Amino acid sequence: MFEQLQDRLAATFATLQGRPRVTEADLEEALRDVRVALLEADVSFKVVKQLVATVRERAIGQQVVQSVSGAQQVVKIVHDALVEMLGSEASPLERATTAPTVIVMVGLQGSGKTTTSAKIANVLRKQGRKPVLVTVDVHRPAAMDQLEALGKQLGLPVRRADPKSVPLDGGDTVIVDTAGRLHIDEAMMAEVESIVAATHPTEVLLVVDAMAGQDAVDAASAFKARLPITGLVLAKVDSDARGGASLSIRAATGIPVKLMGTGEKLDAIEVFHPDRLAQRILGMGDVVTLVEKAQEVVDQKEAEEQAKKLLEARFTLDDFYTQLQQLKKMGPLGDLLKMIPGMGQLAKQLPQGPEAERELRKVEAIISSMTRGERADPSIVNGSRRKRIARGSGTTVSDVNQLLKQFEEMRKLMKQLGGMAKGGRLPYHLPLRR
Amino acid sequence: MSIEQGVGKTRSGLFSRLFGALRKPEEEPVTDEWLDRLEEALLRADLSVSLVDPVMLQVRDVVREGRAKTVPKVLDAVRDALVAVIPPAAEAPAGTPRVILVVGVNGSGKTTFAAKLAKRLRDGGEKPLLAAADTFRAAAIEQLESWAQRLQLPVVSGRPGGDPAAVVFDAIQAARSRGNSVVIADTAGRLHTKGYLMDELEKIVRVAGRAREGAPDEVLLVLDGTQGQNAILQAREFTKAAKVTGLVVTKLDGTAKGGAVFAIANDLGLPVRWLGVGEKAEDLVPMDARAYVTAMLPNG
Ligand SMILES: Nc1nc2c(ncn2[C@@H]2O[C@H](COP(=O)(O)OP(=O)(O)OP(=O)(O)O)[C@@H](O)[C@H]2O)c(=O)[nH]1
Ligand SMILES: [Mg+2]
Repeated sequence: MFEQLQDRLAATFATLQGRPRVTEADLEEALRDVRVALLEADVSFKVVKQLVATVRERAIGQQVVQSVSGAQQVVKIVHDALVEMLGSEASPLERATTAPTVIVMVGLQGSGKTTTSAKIANVLRKQGRKPVLVTVDVHRPAAMDQLEALGKQLGLPVRRADPKSVPLDGGDTVIVDTAGRLHIDEAMMAEVESIVAATHPTEVLLVVDAMAGQDAVDAASAFKARLPITGLVLAKVDSDARGGASLSIRAATGIPVKLMGTGEKLDAIEVFHPDRLAQRILGMGDVVTLVEKAQEVVDQKEAEEQAKKLLEARFTLDDFYTQLQQLKKMGPLGDLLKMIPGMGQLAKQLPQGPEAERELRKVEAIISSMTRGERADPSIVNGSRRKRIARGSGTTVSDVNQLLKQFEEMRKLMKQLGGMAKGGRLPYHLPLRR
Repeated sequence: MSIEQGVGKTRSGLFSRLFGALRKPEEEPVTDEWLDRLEEALLRADLSVSLVDPVMLQVRDVVREGRAKTVPKVLDAVRDALVAVIPPAAEAPAGTPRVILVVGVNGSGKTTFAAKLAKRLRDGGEKPLLAAADTFRAAAIEQLESWAQRLQLPVVSGRPGGDPAAVVFDAIQAARSRGNSVVIADTAGRLHTKGYLMDELEKIVRVAGRAREGAPDEVLLVLDGTQGQNAILQAREFTKAAKVTGLVVTKLDGTAKGGAVFAIANDLGLPVRWLGVGEKAEDLVPMDARAYVTAMLPNG
């Protein structure tokens, strides 16, 4: 979910890096881009405002303007400010000194509490614990049936209970799934308050939808004001949400993110590592290196022409081939692709190391087995042409299909970027251009 | 979307006269702080920055040039500009039985909406039949069945793990033989990023067309009003898999405003049909763009 934020910022920093000296206008432009990128990623308005102000203040304090290494400094400042926002250490689930450990799950409607309850039970059982699931959701139709069915799948006990008398026996860990509620619903907030008061939980986990918007911080703050929230669980991280709102909650309330849900299956839950995540989002050091390398290798004019073509989606397989050749001059492919803003997706589909080189040779073979017409307009490559190309390049039709599909996806992505550029928002600052 | 148009329209428009009548004699002048507050309100309503920035740019121009000097005047202009983003809902001709497919990501409020809509149509004199086509999520069928029982509405259900397309097919057949005028099919929550689930949705649509030519008549995409900009990506992918005819925004009884739908309406030309404002069967209101926008703006 987080790659797009990374890509968005990386493009900004690539431009900034390209400037010999940072002017005040450059700084403001970069800050504008940072603001838009963060807002588009659903980072809370207040957090964005604060972050941009912090960066500006530090940048001015460090006199980045007119300094030769100004760009690197700005990059570092933004990097640090974001890391501060994300926190740095993983926070594991706590365990009570005397059993049972009680975990109460709370959150807005539809955020993912029930599925997450079952997933946590599943994880704990694998660690040798004896979890019991308890549902006190007397509000949503068939909510209790839902947890019961999940318990059955896991072979774990599930108990239905009245919110006023939650049973805490039957295992060493009791996971209490509560009804979804709005933070402004007084009666419902009072209900969950009384559940927490009666069960003395070790953990009160707030489940937040990774796709949440601006309101998430207010909602979380309201939950925190009423309940001793010990951690967040980000649900639906397998979406393509940029996750800014959920991360803002950490920044605005200090509640650490403990776990993240990555799919509908009951083992799709992971410990959340903010430090690793920060690196994934930011990867700024990589961008710096890449830009430097690109400067050495890539012919300036050609790169500019290609960046423009990319954005206007006039980019053909021929151009792609040229770029691959240039990339090859720059070093191991997989790592390189990963450093290029917008190419993170493509990089992931590529294998690493020597296999990557093999993969690259395959791509080259496929492209060079195409006719010029086909390279200029891949949409004409029908089934029989695909067979011919596969034969000619010593690959399979599915290899050809895959390449064409990836290429099309990349083109689409670039077209979107191009649209933004025309809207005046995103200047032409693609990876290899300076 | 143009503020210029907004300013022009309000000069003579009906609403300008309406709002005008409510105004105090001394109207609050627009200050920089107020403009900042306006921008903040729009962004915090999850309105996309790609809409807010141009709107604010135009607002600031209009104010600087003295074409709008007071808060109500600017609010009217912004309101009109945003209202104009949402296309009006056109009634499309439908077959018999009319088939409505309810789709969306996990937990957005599909099942609750399906029940609410069925009740509303029944109260309006139609004979709805519910189809419980979420055969995937645990107890999803029981959830819709329990609504059906509560509302005393008929329901056709699948088996857990069964083929959702077959459930929709059966429901259309059943509606035809039992004389139901409309089928409302609840489908499983699916993330728009999962290709195989989008394929499944395509199949449901295809099979519905086999049960009754031209079906489904409506595909309503249910968006969680508390979600942010990701809703735009959801809408984009869902419209690829099925011909989405309208949007439903839920959970607007909280403090979230669901502003991301404006970018969706703007990009994809989709109308917003219904707003979910609570968990009870009657908590459903038809979209009213003006009221919706007004709720997003700072008051005065
Ligand atoms: N406050 C509020 N809650 C709502 C609204 N609509 C639905 N809900 C609640 O949101 C939760 C999820 O609703 P469902 O209707 O089960 O959502 P769904 O999209 O069918 O969920 P899945 O089938 O699991 O993907 C339930 O707790 C509903 O009661 C609304 O308009 N306001
Ligand atoms: Mg459902």
